[in-house]
Amino acid sequence: MIRFEGVHKWFDKLHVLNNINLHVRSGEVVVVCGPSGSGKSTLIRTINDLEPINEGKLLVDGKDLSDKKTDINKMRAEIGFVFQQFNLYPHLTVLRNITLATMKIRNLSRKDAEEQAMTLLKRVGLPEKRDAYPSQLSGGQQQRVAIARGLAMKPKIMLFDEPTSALDPEMIGEVLQVMKDLALSGMTMIVVSHEMGFAREVSHRIIFMDFGTILEEAPPEEFFKNPQHDRAKQFLKQILSPMH
Amino acid sequence: MIGGLDFSVVRDNLSYFFIGRYPKGPLGGVGLTLYLAVVSLALSFIGGLILGLLSVSRNRLLRYGSMAAIQTIRGMPLLMVIFWMFFLLPAMLGGGMTASWTIIVALTLFTSAYMSEIVRAGITGIPKGQMEAAISTGLSHGQAMIHIILPQALRNMIPSFVNQFVSMIKDTSLAFIVGVSELTQIATQINNRTMLYPTEIFIFIAVIYFIICFAFTELSRWLERRLAYRKAI
Repeated sequence: MIRFEGVHKWFDKLHVLNNINLHVRSGEVVVVCGPSGSGKSTLIRTINDLEPINEGKLLVDGKDLSDKKTDINKMRAEIGFVFQQFNLYPHLTVLRNITLATMKIRNLSRKDAEEQAMTLLKRVGLPEKRDAYPSQLSGGQQQRVAIARGLAMKPKIMLFDEPTSALDPEMIGEVLQVMKDLALSGMTMIVVSHEMGFAREVSHRIIFMDFGTILEEAPPEEFFKNPQHDRAKQFLKQILSPMH
Repeated sequence: MIGGLDFSVVRDNLSYFFIGRYPKGPLGGVGLTLYLAVVSLALSFIGGLILGLLSVSRNRLLRYGSMAAIQTIRGMPLLMVIFWMFFLLPAMLGGGMTASWTIIVALTLFTSAYMSEIVRAGITGIPKGQMEAAISTGLSHGQAMIHIILPQALRNMIPSFVNQFVSMIKDTSLAFIVGVSELTQIATQINNRTMLYPTEIFIFIAVIYFIICFAFTELSRWLERRLAYRKAI
């Protein structure tokens, strides 16, 4: 589904992605973790070309992103992206946030688009918020709407860039629950997150990054029980018991 | 008589102040001032929007070209732009341009340049995540601009727009220099004819300018309130 082959990226002189090789299969749930500045956000932002790569090859659903002939807008419509800061459109209601792209890109009628949006709002547990504006919702609710917005395009892949990092602790659970349901439905997901509970319970594979490279790649039980790399051991120690 | 001032000169020429020789002759006075202002306002809104969008374009040629034009106009006094248009446009078009349209073109050019900076600032002031979220759903850059960025940016721009327009309404008074019979020109005419009441005449037109600008500012406040989307509870 997604294949990185020797991918490099620089921000000026900073080597943010250094020889990334990774293959994510259809239906797989992959959690990416690592210290801040390790390149994990950049990694998933390259998948829908928010950050173009400088070197190597990146294939998404069989199409080469660096190929000039690839229609990037069309590609992006097949990839849902959920941001740390939600990025809902503040001037539109919850319903319009979800229906905008389906009406413009999928050419759904308003009635069909709204019906579909309501189905998704029920799925994320917020049908009664259809006419609310984003500023009237809590962070957790906003993030669930953002997930519904991503799902409205019926994407083949969902990407999550630290979806719970901007949330108050009591709202993290509701968002993770929605993501868990999504994972169980067979969606291909890449999640940048430090939610180790989610990673342990839901993911098929954990990727540990630092300094722009993938240092470790293992199924969750293996990663938590027996991390190979020193940096991974240190990271796990810090994240599981931050007081030490 | 008010404090030694005699406003009968205003009363005697009231209709001349407001509409010039209209309907027997051309429109003048306050009527022409409003006409110049409203037409230039509409045109410079469009001009400012286009120039502003070009100045944030991803095409380097368009971006630098528009920025050069904006900086050139901003670096000139308005009076200079008016003279330029007054002497240049007839030469370019082979005559046939009324003085009023000279002023409209000059004001539009001048105000568009300032408006475009407001537009540019408004667009770049919208958080980057909005554009990213929009294009992530598959919208093109242009669609995202139209449906997501501009509606938010334009709301934020209203106060600056109004500022610019109010200052433009006052700038229409410079039209008197090329003989357009708007309010200031009419006042000068009446003053030259009567010779005795400059204070009364210029107090009167100052009040008129104030009322127009004040009304416009109030209108925009109302608009701003109406367009404000609900803030956090």
